[in-house]
Amino acid sequence: MFLINCPFCGEREQSEFKAGGEAHIVRPKQPTELSDDEWAEYLFMRKNIKGVQFERWNHVHGCRKWFNMVRDTSNDQIKAVYKMGEKPPVK
Amino acid sequence: MTNNLRFKTSKFIDETYRVSFKFNNKTYFGFKGDTLASALLANGIHLVGRSFKYHRPRGIMTSGSEEPNAIIQLHDNSSRTEPNVRATEVEIYEGLVASSQNCWPSVNFDIGGINNLLSPILPAGFYYKTFMWPASFWEKYEYFIRKSAGLGKSPKVADPDIYEHKYIHCDVLVIGAGISGIIAAKMAAKNGFKTLLVDEKPYLGGSSIYDNSEFSKINNQITSSWLEKEINEISKLENLEIKIRTSVAAFHGYNFLLARENLTDHLPINQRENKVRQRLLKIRAKKVITATGSIERPLIFDNNDRPGILLSSAIKKYIDLYGVACGENNILFTNNDTAYETAMSLIQRGIKINAIIDNREQIDSKISYEVEKNNIEIYKGYTVVDTYGYRRINKISIMKLSKDGQTVIGDKTKLNCDCLGVSGGWTPAVHLFTQSGGKLKFREEDQVFIPNVYPSDQISVGSCNGDFGLEEIIRNTLSSIKKFLDIDNSEYKTVETISGLNQSKRNIWLLPSDKSLGKTKSFVDYQNDATAKDIKLALREGFRSIEHVKRYTTTGMGTDQGKLGNMHALGIISETAGTKMGEHGTTTFRPPYTPLTFGTIVGRNVGEFFDIFRRTPIHDWHVANKAEFENVGQWKRAWYYPKDNENMHQAVQRESKAARDSAGILDASTLGKIDIQGTDASEFLNRVYTNAWSKLAVGKCRYGLMLNEDGMVYDDGVTTRLGENHYIMTTTTGGAANVLGKLEDYLQTEWPELDVYLSSVTDHYATISVCGPNSKKIVSKVIPDLDLSDEKFPHMSFKNAKIDNIKCRVMRISFTGEHSYEINIQANFGKSVWEKCMEAGKDFNITPYGTETMHLLRAEKRFYNCWSRH
Repeated sequence: MFLINCPFCGEREQSEFKAGGEAHIVRPKQPTELSDDEWAEYLFMRKNIKGVQFERWNHVHGCRKWFNMVRDTSNDQIKAVYKMGEKPPVK
Repeated sequence: MTNNLRFKTSKFIDETYRVSFKFNNKTYFGFKGDTLASALLANGIHLVGRSFKYHRPRGIMTSGSEEPNAIIQLHDNSSRTEPNVRATEVEIYEGLVASSQNCWPSVNFDIGGINNLLSPILPAGFYYKTFMWPASFWEKYEYFIRKSAGLGKSPKVADPDIYEHKYIHCDVLVIGAGISGIIAAKMAAKNGFKTLLVDEKPYLGGSSIYDNSEFSKINNQITSSWLEKEINEISKLENLEIKIRTSVAAFHGYNFLLARENLTDHLPINQRENKVRQRLLKIRAKKVITATGSIERPLIFDNNDRPGILLSSAIKKYIDLYGVACGENNILFTNNDTAYETAMSLIQRGIKINAIIDNREQIDSKISYEVEKNNIEIYKGYTVVDTYGYRRINKISIMKLSKDGQTVIGDKTKLNCDCLGVSGGWTPAVHLFTQSGGKLKFREEDQVFIPNVYPSDQISVGSCNGDFGLEEIIRNTLSSIKKFLDIDNSEYKTVETISGLNQSKRNIWLLPSDKSLGKTKSFVDYQNDATAKDIKLALREGFRSIEHVKRYTTTGMGTDQGKLGNMHALGIISETAGTKMGEHGTTTFRPPYTPLTFGTIVGRNVGEFFDIFRRTPIHDWHVANKAEFENVGQWKRAWYYPKDNENMHQAVQRESKAARDSAGILDASTLGKIDIQGTDASEFLNRVYTNAWSKLAVGKCRYGLMLNEDGMVYDDGVTTRLGENHYIMTTTTGGAANVLGKLEDYLQTEWPELDVYLSSVTDHYATISVCGPNSKKIVSKVIPDLDLSDEKFPHMSFKNAKIDNIKCRVMRISFTGEHSYEINIQANFGKSVWEKCMEAGKDFNITPYGTETMHLLRAEKRFYNCWSRH
């Protein structure tokens, strides 16, 4: 079970958090102008990487804040956590 | 008691404390300190069970948690009954009742034994291959197959015992209190690390604690004496916590481990009342030192499963630790020096050894010379080719091995014995290491898998790291711990060891026989009756991956997870397929290392604590008025209020008629309530609901429909504008938490520029909905100051009011289509206001109604309903 360093609260057990899928997917400014395919692309299509992945997490049983995480899915190493709106600290 | 099997030499057995116990309905005696296995052996009992598939007689084979055969049922037909318990791990107590499994009518005469005679037609995959047609019949076949091949019986009544969970945080966790674990714990604790040392056994010191041999010494002291002093010393250390009878079940990522601590299983039943039986420890360790030792390998030869055949290290432990001889005419069969240690232990107590059969041609160690001096015949370069005796071994036959070890040559010799000790070398217990994500490497010299890449801050020391000699163990443990903990330790500067053992081994995975393989039964997995023949058959049929062979033959799939035979299975596969051992890897080791009880897993979360349930502030009134309840999410909601033996239909008819004709009252406190504030609150609602909000006047309410991004209805409810920048949103009961989560997600990640703040206030307010043609009259009695005229207080509007000087919000919104008022008041006044409404409504036949009537009333008015969530 991960030990997650919430950018607002510090290290907490994984059980306090909820995973929220892939990070850095930009919500279209004008959804009405998109074709169904483009909207479906935004809604459903997600990467499934073996390796370094950018994810959204929510400290749902803590400060309720959303934040981003860089995690290597092959060994579950958490490379970094950073607040929403911040640039990823690692590439 | 058969006295000639018990020796008064052990300090671990209290011979002044006699314990009686029952096995298969017969009473026996043992001593305090015995395990069920040692006590049975002291009574001359080897046969304890029948095998899974062929129902072959099986005896105690080991002395620890790796036991595949001696799995028994404890306290059959009682509330405390437990199946599949290893007799080698059960500490006996007064009144213990144990019985054999998988046999009928008895372990001595078992009808299922006929399977053994039919075995030529019961190969691997027999059931899959035979019962295929017609496919629809499988369910019928399955019933009989399961009945004939089973383990123990599960309990039929509730477990009377208490279990609990506990979190532990430590700097260093040491798993295993053998010699390297003790050294590691001492070094860690003495250097200021908060240390936890756990061991599955009821004593500390592992196998070295009964190593009284002159052939292994530390600082010129007998190993056991040296270790005793060390244990004595560490038990006084302040930042060291020691837990015995504690087995680590799982080693997860980030050094999170689960362990089962056994607290009362060794006590007589009448001393267990009101005590916690087992505790699940959830351990978060900064650093982990694994010192789990190693497991002795059996040897794979024809009929290697008879009662009376034990691991040689087990025979040594039974005599040295428990003072119990496993037989009176022993033969040892080995490919390495371990068996000679056992021989010395037997010789010291004058127990007869008929012969030692050694695969090796050359044996060159002090201990083997010493054994030879005692006039024990050693057959060098020989192998056992067969064994005899149905319920207990009575003979073996041996032959000379060819130079390459692939065939046997010369004449067959028969030797008598009542006990055969086997040793195929040692397998490091790397289970926990691999569970944690560690990668192994294969060491060709002695054919073992050892830890290679560590995935977290952890290290393996001692024989689980592939160090087998005493000198190697101590030297490497000291240097690795020093490096791992970054300490300059002085306590162990002068450790000198002497060992009379040599590490040479002649490893042959499947020993040759004079018979063709098809005519032999060389068991690889004892518990699941998988033989070398089955593994070769699987390869012939095209299975290549070790994981596939495992599933096809069921090798390693028993409750012991193949702790004894997995390596042999791998060896036979690689030999047959002509590949290298290291290339195959191992099968996956999965938690738990040893079986856990369900009680330990669930802890205190049983009965009413199994799941959380939420009650409204008015709940007690509903109970007092005989409401039936319905679960909505975690909430208990009043469903209907039956009167005078009404069924639900009758109650709902009465309740809805009252609501339509005069007055009804509903507890709507469970509806989700979200307080929304901020200068962009209106804009935010515009975006999350399908309808527009900016123009809603202060003091007005509006129904909103919320959609998912994919356009499906997500939630609905009425939102009220309390002030310019202040709204209160109601959500469905079941959807409240998810709606709040979704709104937070939008606010924080998509529209952080909006000035909006959300707070859940579901639990802060009680909500009472009074409906029906007479609702106005009732509410005006409860809140006389409030002007309820339609002009001043129209539909879809709200007013602040006071009841007995307590502030409340009254909304004129309708849940049921009737003229209604919803009173929202601080939760702790909910019940008294509800009672006030009931009192005020007495003359109007005010009728409490539940969710069932609510649905009916709404359906009649064709209101939209988020059904699952109301």
